[in-house]
Amino acid sequence: MTDNPTVSGSLRNRLVLTLIGGAAVLAVLLFFAVRNYAAQVAQQGQDNILEASVASILDAAALRDGVLEVDIPYAAFSMLSTPSDDRVFYAIFQDGEFLSGYEDLRLAGGAEESDWSFKSGELRGERIRQVSASRTLVGLGRQTEIEVVLGQTQDALSQTLDQISRNAALLGLGFFLLTAALSFWVTSTTIGQLNKLTTSVTRRGPQDLSPFKKPVPREMAPLVTSLNSLMGRLDQSLSQSEDFIAEAAHRVRTPLATVRSYAEATLHRVERKDNREALRAMVRAIDESSRAAGQLLDHAMITSRADRLEREDVDLVELIRELVQRLTPIAEMKELSLSLTGDPTVPYSGDPILIQNAVRNMIDNALKYAPSDSAVEIEVNAKPEVKVSDSGPGFPPEEIGQLTRRFERGKNAVGTIGSGLGLTIAEDVATAHGGTLVLTNQPKGGACVILSL
Amino acid sequence: MRYLIALVLLVLPGLGLAEDWEDRLIFNEGADGPRLRVISSTDTVLFAPLIEGFVAQNPLISIEYLVSSTADINERVRATPDAFDVVVSSAMDLQLKLANDGFALPLDDIETPSWAQWHQSLFSFTTEPAAIVINRTAFEGQQLPLTRQGLIETLRERPEEFRGKVGTYDVRESGLGYLFATQDARASETYWRLMEVMGGLDVRLYCCSGEMINDLADGTLLVAYNVLGSYAAVRTEGKDTLEVILPTDFQTIMMRTALVSHATQEPDAAGAFVRYLIAEKPASQDIQSSLPPLSSEDSSADREAIGLNPALLTFLDDLKRRKFLSAWEDAVIQ
Repeated sequence: MTDNPTVSGSLRNRLVLTLIGGAAVLAVLLFFAVRNYAAQVAQQGQDNILEASVASILDAAALRDGVLEVDIPYAAFSMLSTPSDDRVFYAIFQDGEFLSGYEDLRLAGGAEESDWSFKSGELRGERIRQVSASRTLVGLGRQTEIEVVLGQTQDALSQTLDQISRNAALLGLGFFLLTAALSFWVTSTTIGQLNKLTTSVTRRGPQDLSPFKKPVPREMAPLVTSLNSLMGRLDQSLSQSEDFIAEAAHRVRTPLATVRSYAEATLHRVERKDNREALRAMVRAIDESSRAAGQLLDHAMITSRADRLEREDVDLVELIRELVQRLTPIAEMKELSLSLTGDPTVPYSGDPILIQNAVRNMIDNALKYAPSDSAVEIEVNAKPEVKVSDSGPGFPPEEIGQLTRRFERGKNAVGTIGSGLGLTIAEDVATAHGGTLVLTNQPKGGACVILSL
Repeated sequence: MRYLIALVLLVLPGLGLAEDWEDRLIFNEGADGPRLRVISSTDTVLFAPLIEGFVAQNPLISIEYLVSSTADINERVRATPDAFDVVVSSAMDLQLKLANDGFALPLDDIETPSWAQWHQSLFSFTTEPAAIVINRTAFEGQQLPLTRQGLIETLRERPEEFRGKVGTYDVRESGLGYLFATQDARASETYWRLMEVMGGLDVRLYCCSGEMINDLADGTLLVAYNVLGSYAAVRTEGKDTLEVILPTDFQTIMMRTALVSHATQEPDAAGAFVRYLIAEKPASQDIQSSLPPLSSEDSSADREAIGLNPALLTFLDDLKRRKFLSAWEDAVIQ
């Protein structure tokens, strides 16, 4: 029953790993995207300032009496002030010839074709950003080109970038943690649906083969459909086999009755002693078979009624009294008496046919084992319970727990007619009503069966 | 032989230059530890208390204190950066250019406001205004000029009295004079008019504040413009004849700066010295021989001191300097 299924991997782990792995990759991508973008923006900012500075220097250049004058505005370098006090290098060239500033700047810059050039380079052992631009000045009969190169170290920029990187890393980490938590939650919610289904399958009663009606997520609908169809087939084949057994028992009982009446009739006519013995044995065997068939029928009936229990309000005492009256002739044939004691009325809500059937099986049992001239006591009380006790040999103590199983008979039952279904039926009825069947031996001797409802 | 003579002739001026100091003094001579070579534009009398305080705290360190002009300091440090450990100068622009050009060693463990340092390698430790200093005898019963405009009017009213008796820096020689002049010119056109007036009065040009104050004291000068207030304050002590006027129209305030040469052999001792300069506040304000401390109470918003930023490079540009000097010469030398 509890065979462990072969386990291969875990949906939960797979989901969590995939989601967290995805989150990690996304977080790293986010970090680099933010950092890269910030680097571009920061570089753009520095370029803009350098450009403005170069433009202001170019703007201050003028030809006066044919001589180039460059009156560098104070703001040109003032605007290059940064929190990290970046170093500033500049050079001014006229027609490619060095005029003033830092002569080594050109080496890093090189000649440029386009008007504006931005590049990163190295000067005096430091990484610098370098902007150069040129302007053509036209004087009297003279044309000259002025080129300005401006370089600045990138300490403030890298400081800003470090800060942004730190923030981006925090952002990525936060994103990752949030997504990880989310993926755990999503996974457990998803797996939770499966667990719910598992629980509701596990919780079902042994006879409950009805289809699952509770709503499930769309993805699980095929599973539930298959499960339902499997249970439907199982239910069908179970009821088919029960029908078959009932049908078989029914078919056997009628011919058996015919055979029994013939055997009885023959018994009256036969004179020889050994023949009469044989016929009596035959009648007993037929009785046994007939009874077994009857009980099989009862059992099938009880199983189907117990599955769809229909309760109605009855008086237990009235119900049992009727049964006792019916059984009194049979008891008297065995020279036994039936006595009904207990409360005058016990109202109860249950299936009267089932209850009568259960009690009849209990009384039958008592009648079978009770010695002649004794009384079988039947007590109905308001707990409610029905107690049937006799003064027979009682149950074998070591077997008392197994006697309610199907076709299980006590060791002392050899020689007594019985199918072993009587107590099973009684217990099934008790279970269907939410009660129990208790088998005990009385201290003064004799068995006592208590049906608690 | 001829080559040898030529070589000697070539080297001699260099040697002569090396020995040619305005002042040279060794503190804590004979100490076992390192010797710091401090090149400075500050007169020894003003700087000595600081050095004495330092060697008292660090008895193992001896200090060779070399005094020269700001322009000379700039040239010497550029020529032989390994000959000096600490460079102290009042010419902020030249100092900033030294730092910008990589002659300064960054000192990371120095705590000072961002406006009082540049690139963590150039540190200011005093705040000193440029002042008008007058000889009181010329202003008996007269109102003292409190602004540049007031000075212009005074000079115009009594030109004969002041002819040949006004002085200011020769900005072509003095780094500090050039810094003051350029900052004045940036602040107001009044500077040019004052220079024209002074030029018209046969202005005497000086290399240093000290000499100007000497000449003021003995009556050679009656008015000196852009004299270092700190020097003047020391010299006017006990001399009733001199009066230091801080102009009320606008002030040009210089911060004396120090840097450690990147070629120093004693970075630890040099760093300790600069740290001492920044941390040291004069024990009591009435010791007038001390330099004025960095006025830390100034908030950055209304601080009038010249800012330590790359803009100081502007007037050091060859073309710009040539243009400025020619304008200055046009105004002053007539």
